[in-house]
Amino acid sequence: MQAKKLNVKDKYRLLTRDLDWEFSYEDRKEAFPYEEFEGIKITDWDKWEDPFRLTMDAYWKYQAEKEKKLYAIYDAFAQNNGHLNVSDARYVNALKVFLTAVSPAEFASSNGFAWAGRHYGGAGARVAAQMQSIDELRHYQTQIHAMSHYNKYFDGFEEFPHMHDRVWYMSVVKSFFDDCRSSGPFEYIVAVSFAFEYVLTNLLFVPFMSGAAYNGDMATVTFGFSAQSDEARHMTLGLEIIKFLLEQHEDNVPIVQEWIDKWLWRGYRILAVVAMMMDYMLPQKFMSWKEAWELYFEDAGGALFKDLERYGIKMPDFTETIKNEKDHISHQAWWVFYSHGHAAAFHTWTPTAEELDWLSEKYPDTFDQYYRPRLEAAAELEAKGERFYTAGLPQLCQTCQIPMFFTNVDEGKPTEIVYRESTYNDERFHFCSNECKHIFDREPEKYVHAWLPVHQIFQGNCGGGGLDEVMEYYRMGLGEMNLDYKGSPDEKRWKKWKGVA
Amino acid sequence: MARVQIAFQDNDESRYIVSAIEEDNPDSTIHYEPALIRIENEGSLQINKATVEAHMGREWDVQSIHVNLVTLTGNIDEDDDYFKLAWGGQ
Repeated sequence: MQAKKLNVKDKYRLLTRDLDWEFSYEDRKEAFPYEEFEGIKITDWDKWEDPFRLTMDAYWKYQAEKEKKLYAIYDAFAQNNGHLNVSDARYVNALKVFLTAVSPAEFASSNGFAWAGRHYGGAGARVAAQMQSIDELRHYQTQIHAMSHYNKYFDGFEEFPHMHDRVWYMSVVKSFFDDCRSSGPFEYIVAVSFAFEYVLTNLLFVPFMSGAAYNGDMATVTFGFSAQSDEARHMTLGLEIIKFLLEQHEDNVPIVQEWIDKWLWRGYRILAVVAMMMDYMLPQKFMSWKEAWELYFEDAGGALFKDLERYGIKMPDFTETIKNEKDHISHQAWWVFYSHGHAAAFHTWTPTAEELDWLSEKYPDTFDQYYRPRLEAAAELEAKGERFYTAGLPQLCQTCQIPMFFTNVDEGKPTEIVYRESTYNDERFHFCSNECKHIFDREPEKYVHAWLPVHQIFQGNCGGGGLDEVMEYYRMGLGEMNLDYKGSPDEKRWKKWKGVA
Repeated sequence: MARVQIAFQDNDESRYIVSAIEEDNPDSTIHYEPALIRIENEGSLQINKATVEAHMGREWDVQSIHVNLVTLTGNIDEDDDYFKLAWGGQ
């Protein structure tokens, strides 16, 4: 006779909490050495609630189902030459950014959750972190598998692990994960699960993936949504960890607030590249960065912070700054990549006339005034055969490692670049914003030795001083992965496949 | 009162889940976006196993929501026969 089926709550209790044990002959503190060193006070791990109550057996069952669906689509995509159905070959460059910058972050995150999960004293948190570690590895693998089809037909994919540790813009994401993985287990999970996943990754995985679908990219939208179905669980973990820490002890509140402020800012800075992908790299336009930001950050994030008010948590002070920047960052980021297009592992271009009009319509307060004239001037130079590439290397922010291109929108000076600095041990350090300066000032030792790619080039550590040498060190090959889309091997192949001259 | 939100991949299975949500949460707003269906509601939103099953015409395990789920906001309350999202102490 079949045993009576357990309900979800009982099953969860038996298959997670009951896996834990008491320490009878070993010191519990030695088993969980990092649990107290961040100043966090946990009084009762039993108060941990996993809202999804997902047990390992159910986890494997549903993950297997997701994978089967996903790989059936990859097969169909490859067998039907799916790359020929994307809106335009320019679109593929957004995928190059994704694979080189985002996918290695999934791997770093997997690694971080394996470590953090090991160091939580509570079984509920441990199991949730373990699942997330496996999820992140799955994302890394499925993203590589999705891109491997594109890798057969386009430049810019094949050297991503090599480039991740060397190339200037990839260091931005790398530094984020190096920073949080070298924190304690609670700061790590607040950084990744709460700040990044709950508040910010929707911007990457929802509107951008919808955009991928709109541009005919069946493989990417499918891995994106498959990954995001895990993110929905991660977001829940992020919210749970915050509520748990805040309910455990009032002394946790100021610590958690500092972490929220720091990591929301660091995550937000990374999203400048997503802003550019949405506004400039999707040939079929679907939603502007600004609209996505308003929906997923201002609306959804606003509701979240309102809910957290009862614990004494408030929206970070820089909320006004990011609100002001939403009209600017995609245009500024695209210009940085356009003008440094010789040093990027993807192609850049000037928008078409229709695309410029779309940007004017979506950014009525800024685009025509500040950004359109520059792009039109670039197109004119290009038409004369003088495509603009800047000869200099950008100054990088010591904290976020992003080139200094953010402007003083807070004081109504959108054409003036923000430069901040701090002196530590008689050495001067430079920052893109008050927030990045504040993060440095709070823990300077953590950032003084940052491996800043531009500094490393100047110090002769990147193959040599010339562009050719640095490109060789990056394994980009001058004129293959980089430079303008027009005239690129990608464009030539695309035109040949499509039968256009 | 703040809005809660949930989104599903736009496919045949989700369509039944969405129509069940529509029935049980008549004030919710449904947005059809490329490849996804996004549902918003003021304060809270509840998905009931019985309603989904009535629409699908077969058994539906609440935890299988993970297969087509894209994103959500709000605090979760999940049990064998329902899945609920809410802000505040509801």
